[in-house]
Amino acid sequence: MVPCNYRAQDDEESWVEVPRTLGCLLQSSLQSNMLGPWCSPTGSPAPLSCETGCGEGTWILVCRLLVPTQVSLLSMEEDIDTRKINNSFLRDHSYATEADIISTVEFNHTGELLATGDKGGRVVIFQREQESKNQVHRRGEYNVYSTFQSHEPEFDYLKSLEIEEKINKIRWLPQQNAAYFLLSTNDKTVKLWKVSERDKRPEGYNLKDEEGRLRDPATITTLRVPVLRPMDLMVEATPRRVFANAHTYHINSISVNSDYETYMSADDLRINLWNFEITNQSFNIVDIKPANMEELTEVITAAEFHPHHCNTFVYSSSKGTIRLCDMRASALCDRHTKFFEEPEDPSNRSFFSEIISSISDVKFSHSGRCIMTRDYLTVKVWDLNMENRPVETYQVHDYLRSKLCSLYENDCIFDKFECVWNGSDSVIMTGSYNNFFRMFDRNTKRDVTLEASRENSKPRAILKPRKVCVGGKRRKDEISVDSLDFSKKILHTAWHPSENIIAVAATNNLYIFQDKVN
Amino acid sequence: MTRKSICQGTMLTRGLKRKCSEDEAPAGPLQRQSLLDMSLAKLQLCHMLAEPNLCRSVLIANTVRQIQEEMTQDGSWSLPGPQTAGRLPRDHLVSTEVLCRSAWAGPAPAPDPADLASALQAVPATQVPRAVPGGPWDRAVPGESQGGFPRSLDQVFGTLESHGPGAVEELLSDVGGSYCDLDAVLTGVVGGAKSGPEGLETFASVAAPPRGTSCKADLGELDHVVEILVET
Repeated sequence: MVPCNYRAQDDEESWVEVPRTLGCLLQSSLQSNMLGPWCSPTGSPAPLSCETGCGEGTWILVCRLLVPTQVSLLSMEEDIDTRKINNSFLRDHSYATEADIISTVEFNHTGELLATGDKGGRVVIFQREQESKNQVHRRGEYNVYSTFQSHEPEFDYLKSLEIEEKINKIRWLPQQNAAYFLLSTNDKTVKLWKVSERDKRPEGYNLKDEEGRLRDPATITTLRVPVLRPMDLMVEATPRRVFANAHTYHINSISVNSDYETYMSADDLRINLWNFEITNQSFNIVDIKPANMEELTEVITAAEFHPHHCNTFVYSSSKGTIRLCDMRASALCDRHTKFFEEPEDPSNRSFFSEIISSISDVKFSHSGRCIMTRDYLTVKVWDLNMENRPVETYQVHDYLRSKLCSLYENDCIFDKFECVWNGSDSVIMTGSYNNFFRMFDRNTKRDVTLEASRENSKPRAILKPRKVCVGGKRRKDEISVDSLDFSKKILHTAWHPSENIIAVAATNNLYIFQDKVN
Repeated sequence: MTRKSICQGTMLTRGLKRKCSEDEAPAGPLQRQSLLDMSLAKLQLCHMLAEPNLCRSVLIANTVRQIQEEMTQDGSWSLPGPQTAGRLPRDHLVSTEVLCRSAWAGPAPAPDPADLASALQAVPATQVPRAVPGGPWDRAVPGESQGGFPRSLDQVFGTLESHGPGAVEELLSDVGGSYCDLDAVLTGVVGGAKSGPEGLETFASVAAPPRGTSCKADLGELDHVVEILVET
């Protein structure tokens, strides 16, 4: 079957050679890198096993995907494999419009599907290529499975404001039958989508002919029973529920509850609890809007349900605090059960302290014992039993601390980076600027900076760790802080639930990397 | 936005170096003032956008408050001398008191409202605040009519919720060349923005929204009321 996405720099010939030469490539690259972060203290190269998170492995590019658009092709790159592409045409990355910018990425619970949402209100779902004996090396790649327009731009006539169609978040529901369900949301409206496959079609109707036109009953002389015949696989997406008109402010998070019957949506000042079956009502469970809007100094920035306890959820604020709430305590959870806040470091105080402490993302670990928060410069891991400080703090790009004024001027200081756990909660990942993204191994305390860029886009190419030079002499291969491209930011990443496969969104490109196993 | 991406492309653009060259050093009065100017400009820009990002606006406003508090503590505001509280109208005190009473939990005690009120009033108002054409501010609260009346920055927030289409022109007409003039800026920002119910009183007396199972039941809010009216 011809995949309907386009894989960048797809060179058929090189696939066959990969298993043989990969070992040699790795050998030579490790030797030339001297002591990179991947060397064990003795100086010998680290093993290739990916069993224990990122610290002991090497990351390779599986594929770089461009989100297909329904517009005629403007240009093709010279090195594209000119395969026939059914239904979709692709836009060269350099002509990508703002509508193609990926705004959210999410694996489903098995990792078989990967959904992306973009600024144009579209959802594109990729499916993992099945393993087959003939093409072993193709395993781990993702192809387009379904594309649909989830949200359209709307106009709020009362306020004379346009409601953006940008997809802020996608969350999958666990699979309960043959169909897949996901929630997608823009600033105001949440929708439940059903994605299902159809590979059979009934044929032999009595009242309709093969093209679907009604037959003249007078011409029917015999009766027959319609039979199901196989057809080309079709994936269709239908909106099953629309949850609208419950948010005055912009929705920043949605989270499916572990009971699979309810979910919550959070905007800047309120959090609502929904039942999947009921679209015209929701429960307001958190409301931090002050009676007098003049007194507003804090907003909700992210919220998530506990992975196992359906009564517990957390929400983060723009003041760097996290509140854990128990819905059994009261109907309106304005009073938190736990309050997580780290005391401010007086030596680091500046006018920007509050802004950089604003939490842009909060995620429970898969075990449910910890939460991870991302603020502008750090990622922090908190133990649910310790409220007064995080148990771990990781510096994402501390070299920006001295540049906060400039970053405030160009608004970069307000960028909202997300963070993710790996399947075993041993590694955490988050994005940065210049298309860099960072991984921190919680056990070995090692970290790595990698880059998602077209230059490193050879398939199966091993990613070379990157380093930012802070001051003094810049070594070869290092990049200085002033050369960083702040328009290239990695805000959205996702980690496969059980394997070391990651998806990294860079503008309109989706990079899929895999930790190479022997 | 294109402008944004161009600016973000490189770290140091022209204006930046001048303002932010000493990022490491604790902010002196000059940097503080330029930071204040920048922040107020950003807040003004908020009003011109389709729908302001509330989180960003809150963070910028908090930064402005922080700078203002530090400036008053430093005595950067020119104080003509202690004024008696009795001289100032009640409403005047209310608005500035809100400014002082902001959620900022700084180590220093909040400055005396009376001093602050007089201090803010004493900031030279080189631009006479214009009469806002046909807007609700024509019905001035006592104490307002003198002009040069500094509005609380918090009221900027009230306006973020519901600003009418006419707000943009009024804002633009009020924006002068210099943002150093705090009171003129604040007057300009607030003056044109609120197109709903009128006057300062509404800011102080918005009813607490009743809790309900449906989010549509926030009857204290004008926008919700109208939303409900339109939907039924």
